[in-house]
Amino acid sequence: MKVMTCPVNGPRNIAEFQWLGPVRDDEAPEGRALVEHLFFAPNPMGVLREWWRHTPSNTVFIAERHLNTDEILRTYLKGAGTANASGAE
Amino acid sequence: MPLELLKYGLRREHRSFRDIPPTPDLRRSYDVVIIGGGGHGLAAAYYLSNYHGIHNVAVLDKGYLAGGNTARNTTTVRSNYLTPPSIAFYKEGVQLFEEMSQELGFNIMFSQRGQLTLAHSDGAMRSFRLRTEMGKHMGTRIEVVDAKTVREICPHVNLDEGGAHEVLGGLWHEDGGTARHDAVAWGYAKRAAEKGVEIHQRTEVTGMTVRGARVTEVHTNRGTIIAGQVLQAAGGLNGRIGEMAGIPLPIRCFPLQAMVTQPLKPFLDILLSSSNLHTYLVQSSRGEVVIGGGTDPYQLASTRSSLPQKEALATGALQLIPCLHNVKIMRQWAGITDITPDFSPIMGATPLDNYWLDAGWGTWGFKATAVAGKRMAETIAKGCVPEILRPFTLERFERFELLNEMGATAAGH
Repeated sequence: MKVMTCPVNGPRNIAEFQWLGPVRDDEAPEGRALVEHLFFAPNPMGVLREWWRHTPSNTVFIAERHLNTDEILRTYLKGAGTANASGAE
Repeated sequence: MPLELLKYGLRREHRSFRDIPPTPDLRRSYDVVIIGGGGHGLAAAYYLSNYHGIHNVAVLDKGYLAGGNTARNTTTVRSNYLTPPSIAFYKEGVQLFEEMSQELGFNIMFSQRGQLTLAHSDGAMRSFRLRTEMGKHMGTRIEVVDAKTVREICPHVNLDEGGAHEVLGGLWHEDGGTARHDAVAWGYAKRAAEKGVEIHQRTEVTGMTVRGARVTEVHTNRGTIIAGQVLQAAGGLNGRIGEMAGIPLPIRCFPLQAMVTQPLKPFLDILLSSSNLHTYLVQSSRGEVVIGGGTDPYQLASTRSSLPQKEALATGALQLIPCLHNVKIMRQWAGITDITPDFSPIMGATPLDNYWLDAGWGTWGFKATAVAGKRMAETIAKGCVPEILRPFTLERFERFELLNEMGATAAGH
């Protein structure tokens, strides 16, 4: 069983979580930047910052995960930055 | 071909032969360098060498021949898409599969048995009606059928009357079929190699030199080569290879998992899928039931497998054909799919003059092996993108001219 650490509820089965996609700018871009924002999503051979949701508690948070190894490096609430960072699996 | 087979069978001595020559040393330069030794790259090499007189071609693959998504797909060939450009393109793809064994003199075991996609909701039925009208307009064999006809076509299907996944009807696509994916790659590789194409296995592209608007050199772990033209057909690694050429691609990687059961006597003579359950089943010529589904629920560039996804596949398969409940799973695997925002591939020109793309094949690339190879070879030989490929250009995203095939791809297969 793969485990993800919810910043509020602690370690839980990954089946309880929903992936919401990469963290991107809040600003609405225009022109070429809008095309990139809409269609050119990040796909790094490395760590991606992404939104996740713990569905039973509706907790939306940020995870840093490696896209080659599937290793979850950190999870934290938006704005918490490194302060409340929880450990990996 | 049948007579040749008879002659071969009656011969007294049978000398052993090699279909694919061993990897030669890299030469200094090639007219065309193809990055990716999967079905698409090999098909392009075949058409370049057999139809366009371009023999000085190198196909590079970081692993072994056709060991990536060519060997990991679930071998569905069909043309029941939604948009006219897609239907026209995949229709030609199906026709090329029909002739492929003869064309290559290599048995690719194409079995045009028809594909039945089930609907468990009104929404799915509505999209089937739309796809049927588009398909009929474009001249493919496709129709909407009711639940009674579903039972006639496939008596093993659980119609689940009154249940949560009641079958309301289906999309019956008689042009649909299946073929042996390894044989497709080997057939193209063999006939391309006979015409002088060099197939370099275990040759990983590590970088590219771009001067002005041209790729001049391709760097590999076995040395640097000068390239006249470059075709990128790198499957799950397309995003990475695009970066090396300085071309960002609208591609994200997701694993796609599949599995096969132990061999059973023939009982399933169609390709069966469900757009609501995201499951599809096909019985191979060995009797194994191949079970596939949607991609993993989150982005990842790894061929690891996961239990939840395998459970989901099994749940869908048992819902559709309950009599599989005691059957054992023999093998399971995953491939890395390169998914585009509109679930259509990216083919054709790039900002570089001598660099061509055959990318973004996500979960739908096998059926296009022949047509993509043929049309990309034509593109490279003539230096001009043919009409049939133009809607699939990389520039469509900037122009907001998307080819939305999500409904006909992600859930349909």
